Amino acid sequence: MDNNTKAALMRTACKVRMNIIESVHAAKSGHTGGSLSSADIMTYLYFKEMNIDPDNPEMENRDRFVLSKGHAAPVLYATLAERGFFDKEELLKLRKPDSFLQGHPDKKHTPGVDISSGSLGQGVSAACGMALSSKHFGLGFNVYALLGDGELEEGEVWEAAMFAGNKNLSNLTLFVDYNGLQIDGSIKEVNSAEPIDQKFKAFNFHVISIDGHDMEQIEKALIEAHSVDKPVAIIAHTTKGKGVSFAENQVSWHGKAPNDTEYEQAMRELKDAYDKI
Amino acid sequence: MSEEIKKMATRDSYGDALVELGKERDDFIVLDADLADATKTGKFKKAFPDRFYDCGIAEQNLINVACGVASTGKRVFASSFAMFAAGRAYENIRNGAGYPHLNVIVAATHAGITVGEDGATHQCNEDIALMRTIPGMTVICPADDTESKQAVRAAMEIDGPVYLRFSRAASPVIFDESDEFTVGKAKTVREGKDITIISIGILTAEAIAAADSLKSEGISARVLNIHTIKPIDKEAIIKAAKETGKIITVEEHSIIGGLGSAVCDVVCEEYPVPVYKMGVPDCFGYSASADYLLDAFKLRAKDIAEKAKEVLG
Repeated sequence: MDNNTKAALMRTACKVRMNIIESVHAAKSGHTGGSLSSADIMTYLYFKEMNIDPDNPEMENRDRFVLSKGHAAPVLYATLAERGFFDKEELLKLRKPDSFLQGHPDKKHTPGVDISSGSLGQGVSAACGMALSSKHFGLGFNVYALLGDGELEEGEVWEAAMFAGNKNLSNLTLFVDYNGLQIDGSIKEVNSAEPIDQKFKAFNFHVISIDGHDMEQIEKALIEAHSVDKPVAIIAHTTKGKGVSFAENQVSWHGKAPNDTEYEQAMRELKDAYDKI
Repeated sequence: MSEEIKKMATRDSYGDALVELGKERDDFIVLDADLADATKTGKFKKAFPDRFYDCGIAEQNLINVACGVASTGKRVFASSFAMFAAGRAYENIRNGAGYPHLNVIVAATHAGITVGEDGATHQCNEDIALMRTIPGMTVICPADDTESKQAVRAAMEIDGPVYLRFSRAASPVIFDESDEFTVGKAKTVREGKDITIISIGILTAEAIAAADSLKSEGISARVLNIHTIKPIDKEAIIKAAKETGKIITVEEHSIIGGLGSAVCDVVCEEYPVPVYKMGVPDCFGYSASADYLLDAFKLRAKDIAEKAKEVLG
């Protein structure tokens, strides 16, 4: 990855983070922490990786994305808006009754949302179904899904992993947003699915571990993913609340929105980070 | 109406219908959860092995995989026993297929008390209740072989998710292909003016036999077969309420939330008349043959006829 590309992607990720803060602040509720932690992965997928067309969101053979950790809807909306699927003004209507930006993703009404999600564990199975359909009907697209690390406690995730491994869904790439925190505490305190890498390996996945905030590592992992004839799990080590100092690594920021003061500070920090790139 | 007393389980009809469809078109796939031999998707698997995918014993994944397939614009059947499809994977159907209104066909077999010997854990008497609360869901329970095949074909054309309910036990074939099948339209199988017996699924055969025996005693009982419980044919039910004044509902399902409740929903608002619900009361079943259980739960023609005489005084 050349320096210009990297800088451009990092700047876009900053804008995505600002979009998240704008929307969650306006909504006065929403999942800030896990949205910020996955902003870099989302940016890479939507600005570099996936075959998509914002002017034709229903393009038949587009690559599919599944936000299996559906509560991170703000990062999906922030990314889709930044990519041009809909107007950024819409972000300020997040969770409001006249908006298609529901608390959790709604396929039926939101341009660019490939599947509704929010009930944990179901998205990854749906991603398997998309990958199966692509292979069976020769549609030729790839499928990407983003899972939470807490989400891995859902049994259905492992039903899906078994299925993907068994049917060798090599067009399926899962990202695990491994930020280590969930609502009730750290995943270690609550009911950790660790060791995560070994579990996916046992289900016949090719597993890659990366720093989920490093664009070069994200790119390298995806190139590797396409070179293997297996489903792939990319364990992305991330920081919950990444980019906003007071939210970083704080369990309390899982499902909280910034107040006006916090909003000002967060936007200032993200603007500074943007300017430094 | 066919006069022969041929018997066939509606799950067998489902399997046959899949094979027929498979010969005509290849734009759909069939999924099962390690029950292909019992749900009869095994017939399709045998005919088209590369268009069948076994999800193993993992019904949540089964349903959401089907949702993923449907989201790509392809049709898909997902089969298991009613208990594990509508029951275990209820929330997967609700959020995965219902909310995004995807064209997923959940085809569940072994519904109701006639599962028989497997006992209470496998006798799903709640699936209609669960499925009909999901917005936009079409819920169909065919009465016999003919209706089952018509229902499978119709399901392929429905916009949004569909729940098809099939039975394990063999039951009489009461319709032939010339009998029209329209989703959402009830069938008047016997005309009558004194009372209406509204039935669903394989108990329509019992309802018909009840009406025929009542006729010999001078009682004119209408039989209304409801194959589509959602959207329900309000018009036919209101007409029956107005013209016959009393209704008996007959179902192989809990009397809580099933056909009886759905009929009450309609008549209470539109034209209140007494509705007498025959079905599985508020209890679990137990291991016994299907025939034994239909006798024990008083879901036979003679029980329906007795009920009719009782409520007519």
